[in-house]
Amino acid sequence: MGTRNPVTWLGSPAFPEAARTALADTQLRRNLRNATTTIRGRRAAAVAELPDWERLRRAGEAIKDRVLAELDTHLERLEAAVTARGGVVHWARDAAEANEIVLRLVGDEREVVKVKSMATAEIGLNEALAAGGVRAVETDLAELIVQLGDDRPSHILVPAIHRNRAEIREIFRRSGLAATGDAPRELAEAARAHLREKFLSCKVAISGANFAVADTGSVVVLESEGNGRMCLTLPEKLITVMGIEKLVPTWQDLEVFLQLLPRSSTAERMNPYTSVWTGVTPGDGPAEFHLVLLDNGRTATLADPTGRQALRCIRCSACLNVCPVYERTGGKSYGSVYPGPIGAILTPQLVDDPHDAQAASLPYASSLCGACFEVCPVRIDIPEVLTHLRARVVSARGRTAESVAMAAAAWVFGDPARYERAQRLGSLARFLGRDGRISRLPGPGAVWTASRDAPVPPRESFREWWRRNRG
Amino acid sequence: MADARSEVLARVRAALRDRPTPPEVPRDYERTGDASLALLAERVAHYRAAVHEVGPDELVPLLARLLAGKRIAVPADLPWQVPGVTWLVDSPPLPVAALDGADGVLTGCAAAIAPTGTIVLDGGVGQGRRALTLLPDHHVCVVREDQVAGSVPQALARLDPSRPLTFISGPSATSDIELDRVEGVHGPRRLEVVLVRAT
Ligand code: SF4
Repeated sequence: MGTRNPVTWLGSPAFPEAARTALADTQLRRNLRNATTTIRGRRAAAVAELPDWERLRRAGEAIKDRVLAELDTHLERLEAAVTARGGVVHWARDAAEANEIVLRLVGDEREVVKVKSMATAEIGLNEALAAGGVRAVETDLAELIVQLGDDRPSHILVPAIHRNRAEIREIFRRSGLAATGDAPRELAEAARAHLREKFLSCKVAISGANFAVADTGSVVVLESEGNGRMCLTLPEKLITVMGIEKLVPTWQDLEVFLQLLPRSSTAERMNPYTSVWTGVTPGDGPAEFHLVLLDNGRTATLADPTGRQALRCIRCSACLNVCPVYERTGGKSYGSVYPGPIGAILTPQLVDDPHDAQAASLPYASSLCGACFEVCPVRIDIPEVLTHLRARVVSARGRTAESVAMAAAAWVFGDPARYERAQRLGSLARFLGRDGRISRLPGPGAVWTASRDAPVPPRESFREWWRRNRG
Repeated sequence: MADARSEVLARVRAALRDRPTPPEVPRDYERTGDASLALLAERVAHYRAAVHEVGPDELVPLLARLLAGKRIAVPADLPWQVPGVTWLVDSPPLPVAALDGADGVLTGCAAAIAPTGTIVLDGGVGQGRRALTLLPDHHVCVVREDQVAGSVPQALARLDPSRPLTFISGPSATSDIELDRVEGVHGPRRLEVVLVRAT
C-alpha cells in the first residue's frame, strides 16, 4: 500500500511496550476490570435466555461467509438498490480516498454531526476533516468524552470505558460543559444540552452502518442514545461510510443479526433504537444520501483463506470483555481503533505490512485461551487466526529482537501461573523490555528466549483457570 | 489508473481466487414465539417505559387522561379523536423548534415484538415522519394486539424494508458512564406504550 493505513495510531509502540505502560496504571486496570466483569455477567444472562443461541450463531456465521464468498455480486446488488432509491454510492480504495470523498461531499459546511462509527475512526476521518477546515462533532456520549478529553478510544462499544465519573466531569468542565454533579444522569444531561443545538442546526451528518441489505439497499444502524436517530433524520445530507464486508444478502438475514448483536454487545434483548433507511424518502429525513463503500485493507484480508473470517465481525465487542489480556492492558495498548482479540487479528490484516512492527506485534497480544471464540456471535475462530498470523510474521521477517519480545509477552500472558508470578515479582512490565528487547524473563523463560520459537500455550488450563476465577 | 469501483471489485475477485463455496444457511433457529400482550407489557416495562393495557373502548378515555391539557404533536392521519388536548398537527411539517417545544407526541405503530419489548414505526398510518417521534420529550405509542409479533423473524417478515423504519425498545438510554444505565439522552426521555386488546 502506498500511504500509511490510519487503522493504527501513528507513533504507537508495539504491544509489549504499550502493555508495559498500561499495566503500571492501576486506575485504568480497576476501571477496566469493573467494566468487563459487569458486561460479561450481563451478556451471559442475555444469551442464556435464548434456547436457540447456538443455532443463531451458526446461521450468522453462514450468512456472513456467504456474503464474503460472493462479495462482488452482493456489492453490485447493493449499489443498484441504493441508486434506484435515490442514494449515491461512492467507492474508496483506501482511507485517504474515503476521506477525500467525504470532505468533498461536506461542501461548504464548517461543522458536521457524527454518530459513532468504527469505519470512520479507522480511516481517521475526524482528523482529515479538521485538516480540511471542518469540525466533526461526535455525538455519542462516550465518543464525546474521548473527543473532549483529546483521548483515544479504548473499547469498541464503550470507548470511554477507562474513564470514571469524576474524570468525565473534569473533562466536561475543561471544555465548558457544566454538569450539576458527577452522577451519570447529570453528566448525560450536560451532554444532551451541549448537543441539542448542534442536532437542530447541522446540515450534514456522517454515520457508519452496522448492516446493509444487498437485496433492498437498506442500511441499518443500531444505537442507544437517540443521537443516531438525530443524525440520520434531521440534517439535509447524510453521508454513511461503510466497510465493504458489512453486507447481508437479504432482508430476512437481519432477523439473525438483530438477535445476535444487541445481546452480544450491550447484553440487552434489543438496543433502544435501530434505524433502517433505504435511499431517500421524500418528506422524511435527509434529501440527499451518500454511501461510501470502503476497502482499506479488506480485500487484502479477504485474500487469506484463514484470515478472512475476521471479516465476519459485527463489532459487538464481546471478545474484548472476556479477554484476560484486554482486561489487564486496556484497549489503547493495541494502538489501533480495533482493540482486543478482534483487533489482534483484524488490524494487522488491514495494515497488510509485515514490516509494520506495531501491527505485527498484535497477534501476540493474546493468551490463546479461546474465550473470545466461545462468545463470538459469528463464531470467528480468533485463536486459529492468531496462530496463523504469528506464523505469517515469522515467515516474513524471521526472528528479530521484536518478535522475541512479542513472543515473550504472549508467553507471559499464556499461562496464569506465569502471569501471577510475573506480577508478584513486581510487575509484568519488568519482563517486557523497553525498545522491544527482553531484559530478562523469569525461570524457564530465560531458556526459552534463547532457544525456542513460538511457544505452545497450555490452552485448556488457562481457559479453565479463567472460568474458575472470572466465570 | 482504473476507477475506484472497478479496482475494488477486481481486488475482491482476485481475493476470491480460491473460490470458497458459499455455505447453506442453517435456518433451524426459532421462528415463532409468544405474541401475547402480557409478555410485551413485561418486556417494555423492563426498559423502564410506562405500559398501559386497555380494551378498545377504553383507549380514548385513557389517552385523554394521559394527555390532558398538553401540547401534543401528531401525524395528520392519527386515527383517534381525543378531547381536551392541544394538537400540533404535522401538516404542513412542523419546524424542528415546534417539535422540540412540544410536550409530547402521540402515534400508532407498524408492529411490535413481544419477547424483546420492541415497537416498530414505519411512517405508515398514524405514525408520521421520523423526526416527529424523536424531538418531543415524551412519546405515547399505541399498539394494537394484532400488531404484536412473537419473534424477531415474524416481525421482520411483516415489515417493508423500503420504508424508513425505527425500532424502539424503551426510552433513549446510555450506559457509557461506568456502565450505569441512564434513561433519556437525546431521544424522548419518556416512552409510554398503550396496548390495546383486540376485544
Ligand atoms: S470478533 Fe466476534 S466477538 Fe469480537 S467484536 Fe467481532 S463479532 Fe464480536
